Amino acid sequence: MTVDISIAVDSVVVEHQTSRGPVRALDGVSFTVDSGSSVAITGPSGGGKSTLLGVIGGLAQPTSGTVRIGDAQISELSDRDRSDFRRSHIGFVYQADNLLPFLTLLENVGLQLALNEKSSGTGRSLAALADLGLAGLAYRLPDHVSGGQRQRAAVARAIVHQPKIILADEPTGALDTVNAAGVIDLLLAMQREIGATLIMVTHDRDAARRLNRQIHLRDGRVS
Amino acid sequence: MSKSYGSGSSKLEVLNQVELDLAQGETTSLVGRSGSGKSTLLSLIAGLMRPDTGHISIDGQQIDQLDDDGRASLRAERIGFVLQSDNLIPFLTAVENVELALGFASGHRSTARARELLSDLGLGHRMDHLPRQLSGGESQRVAVAVALANEPDLLLADEVVGQLDSTTAADVMAMIFTASRERNLTVLYVTHDEQLARQAHRSLRLADHKVVPV
Repeated sequence: MTVDISIAVDSVVVEHQTSRGPVRALDGVSFTVDSGSSVAITGPSGGGKSTLLGVIGGLAQPTSGTVRIGDAQISELSDRDRSDFRRSHIGFVYQADNLLPFLTLLENVGLQLALNEKSSGTGRSLAALADLGLAGLAYRLPDHVSGGQRQRAAVARAIVHQPKIILADEPTGALDTVNAAGVIDLLLAMQREIGATLIMVTHDRDAARRLNRQIHLRDGRVS
Repeated sequence: MSKSYGSGSSKLEVLNQVELDLAQGETTSLVGRSGSGKSTLLSLIAGLMRPDTGHISIDGQQIDQLDDDGRASLRAERIGFVLQSDNLIPFLTAVENVELALGFASGHRSTARARELLSDLGLGHRMDHLPRQLSGGESQRVAVAVALANEPDLLLADEVVGQLDSTTAADVMAMIFTASRERNLTVLYVTHDEQLARQAHRSLRLADHKVVPV
């Protein structure tokens, strides 16, 4: 039996209060993503892409509207239930790798498991690093590997707990073209392997084209 | 202990025959110009890198002789870190960040213990917030809580309050000094602020690749 990990974003509005009055970062966004598929969110800076990703990941609450992942209404959960959901079912990758500088790559990947389980699962973390081509670098510190390698370690951390959903915010934004393509290859391969649904915010047209679908966001609306 | 980067004509000497003793429970500040090697010294003490010559021991245990795994477990068990920024995982709440540090030290995670620690440190009302929902001072206080979670013997703090206003900076430093007194915690902190530096039991300066008293 396949688990339903479709995503439904319904009439989502996110309003921020500013000194010049309320500003709508998202202005009635609706779309659905099929279980196990991949979607690129594209559009100009300031168009609401990262805000949308934050709402889907339960990192921010919509002012109105709802977000459903599988059968969970994530936008309706309490803070604690939402954080439980997030750490069990979602893997995050950001533009900055956000690895902790005083932990080895192995420890950084193990963090995600340590939160959900009773151990840091060294074997599984090593396997995830190996999947990302980093087997020989497990005991290196983030400062002692390249930017592309750090970002691949961040992908390993995002997938090691086999999340239902992978949310990536400009995962290749800090990389050159060759490294960027490599990270996308690996991200898509991992997504297929674990059968996750992938949503990726990106400015990179080549990367966006490789996903199943693109959603263009401008001025807080799907265009 | 000595440390250089690079080799041949591009060799950059950072530390030359540095000697340093930190007594248990004592606070020590370290000042020096940017690029003088303060962060390198902290990294060496933490076992994040090895010295070219010389040794570093914590409680008689020579950490430069340990393999990668050994140094990683020593760090997890005995050393806490706080840096100027990026101490917290952005997609985890304050309490989850602390829980993580607890989990690493003890091999089992404990939500109750993480909540207790944050409450003790006056952060009870911010437990379920994400890092981006915290002010700069709150983030750094949570980062101190994370660093204290494994009950370390040594706290290494690198420009922890470098991005904070002076009142908030004083609050965060007060938290570190209190922790040192209550837990008999050895603290070595790097700062640019001479006034903050004077609050330590002992003030050191890194200049011309050597550590000297201020």
